[in-house]
Amino acid sequence: MSMKKNELKNMLVSFIFSMVIYGVMMFMMSSGVIGTYWSGVLILACINIILASSLNLASGYLGQLTLGHAGFMSVGAYVAALTSLYLQMPLFVGLIFGAIVAAGVGLIIGIPTLRLKGDYLCIITLAFNEIIRIIMLNLDITNGAKGLMGIPPDTNFTIVFICVVLTIFIISSVVKSRFGRAIISIREDETASELTGIPTSKYKIMAFVISAFFAGLAGGLYAHYMGMLLPSIFDYNKSVEILVMVVLGGMGNIKGSIIAALLLTILPEYLRAFNDYRMLLYAVVLIAAMILKEKDLIPHIKEKFSKKKNEEVTE
Amino acid sequence: MGFITQIMNGLSTGGMYALVAIGYTMVYGIAKMINFAHGEFIMVGAYIAYVFTTMLKMPIFVSVIASIIGCALLGVITEKVAYKPLRGSGSLSVLITAIGVSYLLQNLFLILFGSAARTFPTYMKSGTLNIFGIRITYISLLSLCLTLVCTGILLFFINKTRLGKAMRAVSEDRGAAELMGINVNNTISLTFAIGSGLGAIAGIIYGMSYSLINPYLGAMLGIKAFIAAVLGGIGNIQGAMVGGLIIGVAEAFTIAYISSTFSDAVVFGILIFILLVKPAGLFGKNVREKV
Repeated sequence: MSMKKNELKNMLVSFIFSMVIYGVMMFMMSSGVIGTYWSGVLILACINIILASSLNLASGYLGQLTLGHAGFMSVGAYVAALTSLYLQMPLFVGLIFGAIVAAGVGLIIGIPTLRLKGDYLCIITLAFNEIIRIIMLNLDITNGAKGLMGIPPDTNFTIVFICVVLTIFIISSVVKSRFGRAIISIREDETASELTGIPTSKYKIMAFVISAFFAGLAGGLYAHYMGMLLPSIFDYNKSVEILVMVVLGGMGNIKGSIIAALLLTILPEYLRAFNDYRMLLYAVVLIAAMILKEKDLIPHIKEKFSKKKNEEVTE
Repeated sequence: MGFITQIMNGLSTGGMYALVAIGYTMVYGIAKMINFAHGEFIMVGAYIAYVFTTMLKMPIFVSVIASIIGCALLGVITEKVAYKPLRGSGSLSVLITAIGVSYLLQNLFLILFGSAARTFPTYMKSGTLNIFGIRITYISLLSLCLTLVCTGILLFFINKTRLGKAMRAVSEDRGAAELMGINVNNTISLTFAIGSGLGAIAGIIYGMSYSLINPYLGAMLGIKAFIAAVLGGIGNIQGAMVGGLIIGVAEAFTIAYISSTFSDAVVFGILIFILLVKPAGLFGKNVREKV
């Protein structure tokens, strides 16, 4: 009983916390403290939060290394864009429709590929990512390499923020549920989970589909923010970018994903002046971060959080 | 005869893929990691040859040797600096590090040489040979011969020499090999050196076949070569060679008979097919999972 109460309290605190953040952000934007340019960066950061936390479900909690998240994002983006361009549907319908189609593609890709593990899974999802990109490049309806133009730019901070809150709420609820504990056990030991009666294949595919759904949602938001789409945006480098956010934030740590997505979207903007050296720096940071992490020179945020949680439980 | 000409075209690009794939497969066999930066080693190899021939006016022979040595060194240094500290950790960290190295090299060369393509020096005349009505460019022939010769030498080295034996031992069981007195670090370095050296040769062949080089040439080439390695069965050198040739021919056929825009899709399709049907590759052994 007290657990339930605790959960309710936590939920309320998170809700109030996000409302406060929203209020502060809206105030800063309307008063001009955050200009139009930075509001745009903030919207992109929020889209990246959705991408990173959804990938965290598949890679962090389920433990499946995938390099195809940008593929699902592009499916969502194109479907959302086309529903508003050709069917004149409102943004909301396009977003949902895009996310559902992305989830469908996730199902089609997930069923055969999730039998593979580790490096092989990684490379096959990369292959699917590239195939989706090549399809988008060759379809008439997506206008090929010339790109899709004139998508109504309906995405604003309020909509993105609502989507972020919903995504995080749903993913953290999924992770805390019985299903979530099951997928964590699959990550820890698949054979043992199978033996304890967890339908591992089904659960893996389910987690993958949920992850693809939110990637599609992020894609739809992106399409309606940018107003144009090019297939080349969604190549494997984009997938790597999202995976890096998940890894730097900590596998199986939603809070980490949020912080990493914010940092990795906002920090590069400060380096615009050194445009040529920006990617070089990014590469060095990437290598250094991985090595330092392995050497345990960076205190693990994840461990700190989990320690806190343990204390709560003992109370 | 068009059909056979296409096969020859395919075999010559395939030969290049094969050289890269052998490097991939050797590294994967020993270090158990996808060296995502391998494609960039090829790019570096091509640029070293370019710098030595075009900028320093060195003879061809010197440029080629410099390129091979440069790449081998780069491979060894990369392994020592970036991969060695991560040995034994999860494949994810290693993967991200390798991608980091790949970005690093790409952007370093972007800054050094600019994004515009550079003209690769012409090392040999670009005529075609006509055998029984089949037209083969000299470069295709060279590419194919080099692949066969390199694979032959490598197979001899791995199967017949002491160092080769050490390499096989390390790839089979690193711990046991160490207990038998094999210097694991040196063996891994040697593998990276050979793999990257072969990459340099592939880079020079690339430069000669396409006559233009840019800092991004390694990215797609590397991925396709990796697919070739998976197709042949990762860790298997003959397999990598056959895989490379198959990928090359498949690509040439797609370009000739379907559409050039789908050539990449066909290659990725092959990868998906092989991974779903026979994940161990054409020549790989199925390993049963032990509990």
